[in-house]
Amino acid sequence: MNKIWLVIKREYLTRVRNRTFILSTILLPLFFIGFIFASAYFSIKSTEKQKVAVSDSNGIFRNSFQNGDLITYEYPSDVNANNFKDKGYSAFLQIPQHYNSGVDSISLISTKQLGIDAEDKIKDQINDAIRNQAFLKNNIDKKVLDSINKLNEDQSYKFRTVVKQGNKTEKSNAALSYGIGYGSGFLIYITLFIYGAAVMRGVMEEKMNRIAEVIISSVRPFQLMMGKILGIAAVGITQLLIWIVLIVLLSSVSTSFISADTLQHAQAINNGMGAAGDSSAAMSFLNAKSTFLSANWALIIPCFLFYFLGGYLFYASLFAAVGSVVNEDPQEAQSLMLPITMPIILSFIIMTTAVGKPDAPISVWASIIPFSSPIVMMGRIPSGNVPVWQLIVSMLSLIAGFILTTMLAAKIYRTGILLYGKKVTFKEMGKWLFRR
Amino acid sequence: MAILELQNLKKYYATHKAVDDISFSIPEGSIFGLLGPNGAGKTTLLRMITGIFYPDSGEILFEGKKFNPVDDIAKIGYMPEERGLYKKMKIGEQALYLAMLKGMSKRDAMKKIKEWFVKFEMESWWNKKVNDLSKGMGQKLQFVTTVLHDPKLLILDEPFSGLDPVNSNLIKDEIFKLAQKGTTIIFSTHRMEQVEEICNNIVLVNNGKKILDGSVKQVKDEFKEHIFKVGFDKLPGSFSSTAFDIVASNENSYSVKIKDGNKPANVLQEFLNQKASIISFNEVLPSLNEIFIKVAGTKN
Repeated sequence: MNKIWLVIKREYLTRVRNRTFILSTILLPLFFIGFIFASAYFSIKSTEKQKVAVSDSNGIFRNSFQNGDLITYEYPSDVNANNFKDKGYSAFLQIPQHYNSGVDSISLISTKQLGIDAEDKIKDQINDAIRNQAFLKNNIDKKVLDSINKLNEDQSYKFRTVVKQGNKTEKSNAALSYGIGYGSGFLIYITLFIYGAAVMRGVMEEKMNRIAEVIISSVRPFQLMMGKILGIAAVGITQLLIWIVLIVLLSSVSTSFISADTLQHAQAINNGMGAAGDSSAAMSFLNAKSTFLSANWALIIPCFLFYFLGGYLFYASLFAAVGSVVNEDPQEAQSLMLPITMPIILSFIIMTTAVGKPDAPISVWASIIPFSSPIVMMGRIPSGNVPVWQLIVSMLSLIAGFILTTMLAAKIYRTGILLYGKKVTFKEMGKWLFRR
Repeated sequence: MAILELQNLKKYYATHKAVDDISFSIPEGSIFGLLGPNGAGKTTLLRMITGIFYPDSGEILFEGKKFNPVDDIAKIGYMPEERGLYKKMKIGEQALYLAMLKGMSKRDAMKKIKEWFVKFEMESWWNKKVNDLSKGMGQKLQFVTTVLHDPKLLILDEPFSGLDPVNSNLIKDEIFKLAQKGTTIIFSTHRMEQVEEICNNIVLVNNGKKILDGSVKQVKDEFKEHIFKVGFDKLPGSFSSTAFDIVASNENSYSVKIKDGNKPANVLQEFLNQKASIISFNEVLPSLNEIFIKVAGTKN
């Protein structure tokens, strides 16, 4: 154990002291923040058909919503926020009497995220309905129409979506969970490659420098391999923690760029007491920040660290095995890496679907099978739709998975690391697996 | 007492028998030669002795007990044929790392490293990287890192390959000093002439099998052909003798093979009878190389 510790320490220190490490640790968060904000703007196209029950206490919206391809509206009298699901509706739109007072809000209640597209369509319908009402009340007149349009743009009502699961009600935001899911899945995808390749290069370096045999006459080959894998894992965690701290710091610094005055103004508008002015940017920033903070970080961050570590451990030993059989020719590494990189890339592709359709069978299965679970599960978690049993099964199978890959890879590693000048085939590696 | 005893070791690969039922023992404090051509199975043997490979069958006893790689490895120093160092690591740190991997405490390791660095005039290298060293310097460092932890058994696989004569001698001297202090040393090489003068015991392997072992003197006695070289001031004319046959002649010497039932004194007597002016007389012993070729030839 003591020897593994020595190996871990060496691997960790030689890497953390490296200039490339210091540079990439600082530059990547900047890139990452930009990426999150960019992906938050991407909307998901929902393809599910939605049936929305509308409860309109004024009666003025009745029959004024247009049924679309995907969303249909009905106006049943016996449906409320608690029973809409049982009555066969996917969402419940509640329009209070004083919907335009700026105090009450129109609520869209659903058991699952509806998707940004659906939300926008419903909002458009509300806007159109308001305008139609205005048309009816007034004789249509250019000036009046303009003022009505103006009214529309100002959005003098508030809109909120609520995901209702049992008794728990959370504020939700489809774009946000999409962005976070995509971002964290992508980050795991990238880090798997970065740190997996680091393990492979480290093993190749030891083999090329001909120090491998010197070392394994002091430590068991398994200790050397695990020491390297764990040392690089520690480097990865250090880097991630620095990134998290930097991101928190950067976002609080960016808040202070907006003057306190403007913020107060925006807060006032938010409370429905002021008029819209040039501070709309500040307001949307405030909104963005509060929705960002509304995500379930207490679940997302621990899960992210788990899946980062689990996924890394699952693939790192395989990368080590490849590094151990490669000779001088880097071309060889490329072709041997293919069976490892393929499932990672495939996981990424599945993840891009899973963030939009977290409940689709492919998303569920891919988030449980250890080959793809680290990336795909992180795409699903921010949506809040992952049942606990799926999470547990996924985590347990990932743990079992990396124990298995480590055991298999260790057998290839201990033979490969001492083998020089011979091109190794997959068939031969298969034979090594069964050697004592 | 034998520090190391190998009993019926076997290690088979898919395509060939790398080590096929080899047994021998290595006396404590000896300088032991493990000899054989390339591919004979020497490195596989050493890897089993150093715990890198497990034998397919057979037993290794270290200091009389079953060899346990995890514990016993700290008492072994191994310089493999494929050797090297971390190129980008500082030399001092590297030596310290390798010593601690052998189980030394940091303090003991530092003390030993300083001792050896002074001995090999390497004190100023501490903060250099291996990349900055010449090849010869790297070889010195490699040797130092192998012996830092005062191994009881020092295993050197082709230790002189790639060494320049100066370092070769330097390291040879250190090996003798270690042997005098009681370290058992295993030399593995295919260049048999290199170890004839160094080793007191040898084992010869070929194609995974042991072909002979024993002390160098024993082996040579066993294979000597009773040939003597007689040197003259002036070469006498050739003559036939009942005591010997002349098998070769040089400018001023004959090589003679003694016939059965005769003694070296008979040879001298006959030359003296010819009034030849003898200036030297010595037995020609076969080199290990010749013995190997002979034995390997008959066994195959």
